[in-house]
Amino acid sequence: MKVVAGKLANGAAYLQVAPLALVFAIFFVLPIGLVVVVSFFDYQTYDILIPDFTFQNYIDVFTQSVTYQTYWITVRFCLTVWAITFVLGFTIAYYLTFHVRTLTMQIVLFLLCTIPFWTSIVIRMISWIPLLGRNGVVNSALINLGIVPEPLEWLLYSEFAVIIGYVHLYTLFMIVPIFNSMMRIDKSLLEAAEDAGASGWQTVWLVVLPLCKPGIAIGSIFVIAMVMGDFVTVNVLGGGQIASVGKAIATELSYLQFPPAAANAMVLLGVVVLLIMLLMRFADVRREL
Amino acid sequence: MQVNGTALKAAPVAGMQLVDTLGADIELVAVTKQFGATMAVDAIDVRIPAGTYCCLLGPSGCGKTTTLRMIAGHEQATSGDILIGKQNVTGLPPTQRGTAMMFQSYALFPHLSCVDNVAFSLRMRGISKRERRETAREFLRLVHMDEYGERMPSQLSGGQQQRVALARALVTRPSVLLLDEPLSALDPFLRVRMREELKRLQAELGISFVHVTHSQEEAMALADLVVVMNEGRIEQAAAAREVFERPTTTFVASFMGDHNVFRGAVTGIESGYATVSTDDRVSFAMPAAGRNVGDVAAVAIRSDRIALSRADARLNAVGEHDDGVSGAVSGVAGTVASIEYLGLWVKVRIEIDGGNDLTVALPDRQFFDAPMDVGEQVSAAWDVDDLHVLET
Repeated sequence: MKVVAGKLANGAAYLQVAPLALVFAIFFVLPIGLVVVVSFFDYQTYDILIPDFTFQNYIDVFTQSVTYQTYWITVRFCLTVWAITFVLGFTIAYYLTFHVRTLTMQIVLFLLCTIPFWTSIVIRMISWIPLLGRNGVVNSALINLGIVPEPLEWLLYSEFAVIIGYVHLYTLFMIVPIFNSMMRIDKSLLEAAEDAGASGWQTVWLVVLPLCKPGIAIGSIFVIAMVMGDFVTVNVLGGGQIASVGKAIATELSYLQFPPAAANAMVLLGVVVLLIMLLMRFADVRREL
Repeated sequence: MQVNGTALKAAPVAGMQLVDTLGADIELVAVTKQFGATMAVDAIDVRIPAGTYCCLLGPSGCGKTTTLRMIAGHEQATSGDILIGKQNVTGLPPTQRGTAMMFQSYALFPHLSCVDNVAFSLRMRGISKRERRETAREFLRLVHMDEYGERMPSQLSGGQQQRVALARALVTRPSVLLLDEPLSALDPFLRVRMREELKRLQAELGISFVHVTHSQEEAMALADLVVVMNEGRIEQAAAAREVFERPTTTFVASFMGDHNVFRGAVTGIESGYATVSTDDRVSFAMPAAGRNVGDVAAVAIRSDRIALSRADARLNAVGEHDDGVSGAVSGVAGTVASIEYLGLWVKVRIEIDGGNDLTVALPDRQFFDAPMDVGEQVSAAWDVDDLHVLET
């Protein structure tokens, strides 16, 4: 009887996970499997997919200098954006958690942070153009105030613009998990630190920051994974001058060079997975989930 | 513990500054705390001599925790002064007051081991890692937690966490230790054991403990000075025995428990005794002592000073004691509403005709010699001299 009951329970459990497993299989495992397969295919100008098993696409990825240039740019974006979103995310979450007294106000201010997400990503990106453009609001203001004699060229279609775009897009993804971690901190810990003679900075550094580690790790995973894979922001705000990894893959796709794009994508996937594994070592994320 | 006690005093801690020498008087002068429109603490005055175990006792929301937090410096007084030793500490930050606080939730840093938790304040003082860990271990030994030094707080039971929290508070060598409901999270057995230990530590260290509690039992067991608070005011501040035997107000008498409180108006005076009637038309006698007809009077009678009998005779008027005891007896009649067996005592609750309640505690032997049942008619009698007159 017990065995039968156990089997039944097992069956029910499998049935319960089946829908999600199916969604994952169809929309995640299958496409990735296809990309893996295609990455070993051959291609020619007029024959875009030739079934084969060649390592040529991977050899090309690792031997072309353009790969290293795109990775260098992408990693630079990643680190800069991560640093900025971390500082912003941590301070905003800190303010929301420890300085806003009522829950209602916390929720109101938190919703305020989500306003950028009320419109589509493309509109959000494009809306920077009239602001940062050659004759945009910022340049006109600077010229009218007599701070610069002529429009600043590096405001738009530059790394600067791309980084602004990323920060605008992804800071919330840093705020949310850090805020979540911070809300779990017992407020009396801060008083205990104060009692022990810790200054405000010491309390942040020695108590709040270590306890936010899981949230910081999750936020970092979001930001890094999204910046590493992005090509829309680079396209819109980089003005065709900047080639990140995502942009390079998108370009290859636009030339219908599917196998090299697939190989490039697999390498990118590997790099992102490695980065995430590194972050997982830094904090026990499971505790937060 | 002798050894640990001396080790505690001998251990050198560099860069350590106490506000005063071990033990300092605490004095609150017209200390007031307002949160918006609500008055949390209303101009209280109290003096806690050095080396006193003081309990702030009262129901939740009476201002006792706010008072403690004002002494600690975690809450700023709206007005009034707080003195510790010879220093007015009203505006000072917590570290400059010579106080240490033990939080209700213990507030151990979850990411630090026990030793590092205890050593935290020494780290803030810039003491070297080796030295501060050594001192921390000494304090862990003081609370019998030296074997658990490398554990994380989450790996400890509630009682163990509390010991670590105690060590962490004491490591700053405070002249006053502030404890916010330290025993409320423990199970009853542990609570009684920790209670003993707190008392022992306080006696050994010779510093003042200010302990917030809502349990009158805890306060009576521990305190040299019980400060009973209600609605932001101090109702009575005295030794435990005095608070129990001579409560000053109806609030203290009912909050301390084991007292029956009656309040009514004098309706007649006869041969030195006043007859008082409550709103529920229960009548009893009390010494007149200058009272006039129409005056309001309140009295308390301990539940173990009441005799119960099945006799139908109502004792509303003053009469001579039947069994030859001199002095007047007074009493009421009623119905047994509930019986609770408590081991040493049997607690009988009587509904007096009219609606008031009366609790009588009978020694178990006396009760079981002539047991009663719920619903039985009884009369309760007491010696008028056992009445304790309260402030009205």
